[in-house]
Amino acid sequence: MNIIVCIKQVPDTTEVRLDPVTGTLIRDGVPSIINPDDKSGLEAALKLKEEMGAKVTVLTMGPPQAEVALREALAMGADRGILLTDRAFAGADTWATSCTLAAAIRKIDYDLIIAGRQAIDGDTAQVGPQIAEHLGLPQVSYVEDLKTEGDKLILKRMFEDGYHLVRVNTPCLITTLKEMNEPRYMSVMGILDAYREKEVEVWGLKDIEIDSGNLGLQGSPTKVKKSFTKGAKTAGKLYEVDSKEAAKIIVEKLKEKYII
Amino acid sequence: MNFNLSKEHVMLQKMYREFTEKEVKPYAEEVDEREEFPVETVKKLSRYGFMGIPIPKEYGGAGGDNIAYAMAVEELSKACATTGVIVSAHTSLCAVPILEFGTEEQKQKYLVPLAKGEKLGAFGLTEPNAGTDASAQQTTAILDGDNYILNGTKIFITNAGYADIYIIMAMTDKSQGTRGISAFIVEAETEGFTVGKKEAKLGIKGSATCELIFENCRIPKANLLGKVGKGFGIAMKTLDGGRIGIAAQALGIAQGALDETIGYVRERRQFGKPLSYFQNTQFQLADMHTKIEASRMLVYKAAFNKSNNMPYSMEAAMAKLYAAETAMEVTTKAVQLHGGYGYTREYPVERMMRDAKITEIYEGTSEVQKMVISAHLLK
Repeated sequence: MNIIVCIKQVPDTTEVRLDPVTGTLIRDGVPSIINPDDKSGLEAALKLKEEMGAKVTVLTMGPPQAEVALREALAMGADRGILLTDRAFAGADTWATSCTLAAAIRKIDYDLIIAGRQAIDGDTAQVGPQIAEHLGLPQVSYVEDLKTEGDKLILKRMFEDGYHLVRVNTPCLITTLKEMNEPRYMSVMGILDAYREKEVEVWGLKDIEIDSGNLGLQGSPTKVKKSFTKGAKTAGKLYEVDSKEAAKIIVEKLKEKYII
Repeated sequence: MNFNLSKEHVMLQKMYREFTEKEVKPYAEEVDEREEFPVETVKKLSRYGFMGIPIPKEYGGAGGDNIAYAMAVEELSKACATTGVIVSAHTSLCAVPILEFGTEEQKQKYLVPLAKGEKLGAFGLTEPNAGTDASAQQTTAILDGDNYILNGTKIFITNAGYADIYIIMAMTDKSQGTRGISAFIVEAETEGFTVGKKEAKLGIKGSATCELIFENCRIPKANLLGKVGKGFGIAMKTLDGGRIGIAAQALGIAQGALDETIGYVRERRQFGKPLSYFQNTQFQLADMHTKIEASRMLVYKAAFNKSNNMPYSMEAAMAKLYAAETAMEVTTKAVQLHGGYGYTREYPVERMMRDAKITEIYEGTSEVQKMVISAHLLK
């Protein structure tokens, strides 16, 4: 089985702090991570590899430093890493991104494509489904569990109030939720192999076939009209009291706000 | 000259930190309170390759360098010094001497499972009457046909009882003094070998520290490590390397205590402001950090030398001496800055202070390190 996992390198939003004066995000020194939904998708692919044998290719589009995210994926056990990077790709919205990723995927053998549901820095949840449309593949989004049945997959597709069990033929594309699993750590030998024995392939515009109208900022139909920062919440008040006193204070405050 | 970590090291450090945060830190208090060897953690350490970091891949290890190894012990020890010493004793004192002095058969039979983490290792040199004076070995190994027969007692042995493979020093010829000491590989299940009393200790309480008893324990001649009479040199060389591990442990304890303290002094308010606003606090933190960073340079330098086939005996001794004394000083200051709370078990710094003390004692006391360093200067 050939599996492609699409990942994105994102700033670790749990580490992002707000500038108390301007109220904007402080991005300096914020570590980059593999987007959590994508990482669970990668874990699902690696589990399939262990269970039935598979070749796992990790694909990302991003600036040159996104290579680190691919190395991390290799260190977790992925077999091949491809970085799509080119000035021509810059400024892409979800449409241009999915067009570019789909163009790269057309060059790779696959039975299953996995993408995380959405990235924590954009939250659109559009790129995965768009790739499936460009490639004319069946897609199942919001997957929280995955089993194989011959060459078919049995997927648990989550809804707010329940789930569907879906049987789907391969090739197909699924988008995964981080609740799906607890991704493994990189291993010591995995990290050393990722740098010493594995390569990250770097693909640019010349390596894929794509209509230039679908590329980068120019090929992005999304136009940002205005962006603004939400007002920061004020800091809470800290009480250092015993639990009885704390309960009393909580009840008082809730009454003050007419919550109870 | 380049002080930057390589990309490999940066990623390893990231992984060590993630692992420690999720798999080690949450259990550190419990490991200490219950004085329980963290069996489940060791299984996870094995799975992710922590048990054979500096061992070549061909022998089941990760094929990393000694900086990668020291960084692992450092990161683990930030949260739990017990976990740090389990890895250090296993790697430096058991796997490495088999790598450096073992025959190909011994490496295949013992090093491969050790490096993969399928088996745990330990090292026995210290005896009731042979501590710093390690040459006063009383355990004997008498050749009898194809076997050696071991008799004697070892004490304060880290990983005892949980280890599967032990490196044991014993006298093969008492008349020869230190040249009569030989090293052996002993399997845990060998008849005549039992684990005795477990020590109740001040710190690193989860680490199993026990007595080993050999009563007419027959081991095959093939388990002689290195040549007959070369055991003392093997032990000393092994401890040179072990000191890098213990120095890394001390470094981790100190860094862990500083990290806890920085968090605390930002939160804790007295006289209407956080403790971090007081100059005394600021100066203490500055001293702590400076000494920790100096320790780190010494530890990484010693590790770098060992991996690059440069002399490292004095470097390892300096690293251990300085990092251990820094750990003791920094953890003591950490408790002081936490005030009364620091003295309680509600905060981890009291445990770190108890754990720090052993780093000035085992694998050569601070005084022994000074002997080693000055011997290099005066030779």
